[in-house]
Amino acid sequence: MDSNLLLAYLCLSAFLFVIGGVGLLIRRNPLVMIMCVELMLNAVNLTFVTFGKMLDDISGQVIVFFVLVVAAAEVVVGLALIVAMARRRPDANADDIRLLRG
Amino acid sequence: MSMETAVFAVCAVIVLLGGVGVVISRNPVHAALSLVATLFAIAVLFLNLGAQLLAAVQVIVYTGAIVVLILFVMMLLGVDTDDDLDAEPLVTQRIFAYLFGLAFLGILLAVILIGGEDAVTGAKSVTQAIAVDGFENINQLGRQLFTTYVFALEVTAALLTIAVVGAVVLSRRPKDLQPIPEAESMIDQGDEPLTAIGEEDAR
Repeated sequence: MDSNLLLAYLCLSAFLFVIGGVGLLIRRNPLVMIMCVELMLNAVNLTFVTFGKMLDDISGQVIVFFVLVVAAAEVVVGLALIVAMARRRPDANADDIRLLRG
Repeated sequence: MSMETAVFAVCAVIVLLGGVGVVISRNPVHAALSLVATLFAIAVLFLNLGAQLLAAVQVIVYTGAIVVLILFVMMLLGVDTDDDLDAEPLVTQRIFAYLFGLAFLGILLAVILIGGEDAVTGAKSVTQAIAVDGFENINQLGRQLFTTYVFALEVTAALLTIAVVGAVVLSRRPKDLQPIPEAESMIDQGDEPLTAIGEEDAR
């Protein structure tokens, strides 16, 4: 696989990461925010696999496994938080959660 | 154009369109479906890069488990209303978000494109070279997980246990449920702040 295609993979990951980051900043629905975090994690995964290919090293793929586990744990805890929040106020968005407001 | 380039081009378009779809969909269910498209295209890209096991795990764990979990919570909470994408509680927050995104994208692309082949540095094949035979992929990954990365694997097990316990503690129903008071706006927040779970018990 030629190096230009691998660089194109890195550029695609950069685009996907930025799309996820901007989405995280402009959306206020907590479920959509979690999905945007998933987008960013997937962009990083794609970068890891591409780096592994560029360096001809299997570690790039092993690390993606650990990212997957962290993503799963993050989603489980995040969704539990959303359920706990929705129980108190069903249609709350991220701006309504201000318990820690100074 | 080689086969690999063609597959990359098709999947890249799906990934980007799905990503934009997640961000701009008013309905959260549509956003979740766009997320499925993105994750599936990334699984195909993994295959294209020679990571066969990761492609399978991506489909099973992400599109099979995580998105279904998100959709499950959506149905549980009955989220069927469209979001108001034009509301902007923090003035100019959206503009700053776009500016931040553009600046960050510029920096990343500059590093990748100026660096070229030198964008990634370091010695090659330090841990183990990727096998030419694709069938060796799962074998190599398993061997590395249980030799070089065995400590990280054990810590991962602890992390998953903690996450499960945390989810159970968080989603348990408190004895006296206090609704979060409705705020008039972000500026007018004169009402009583929300009390934490368990604070009533302490009194």
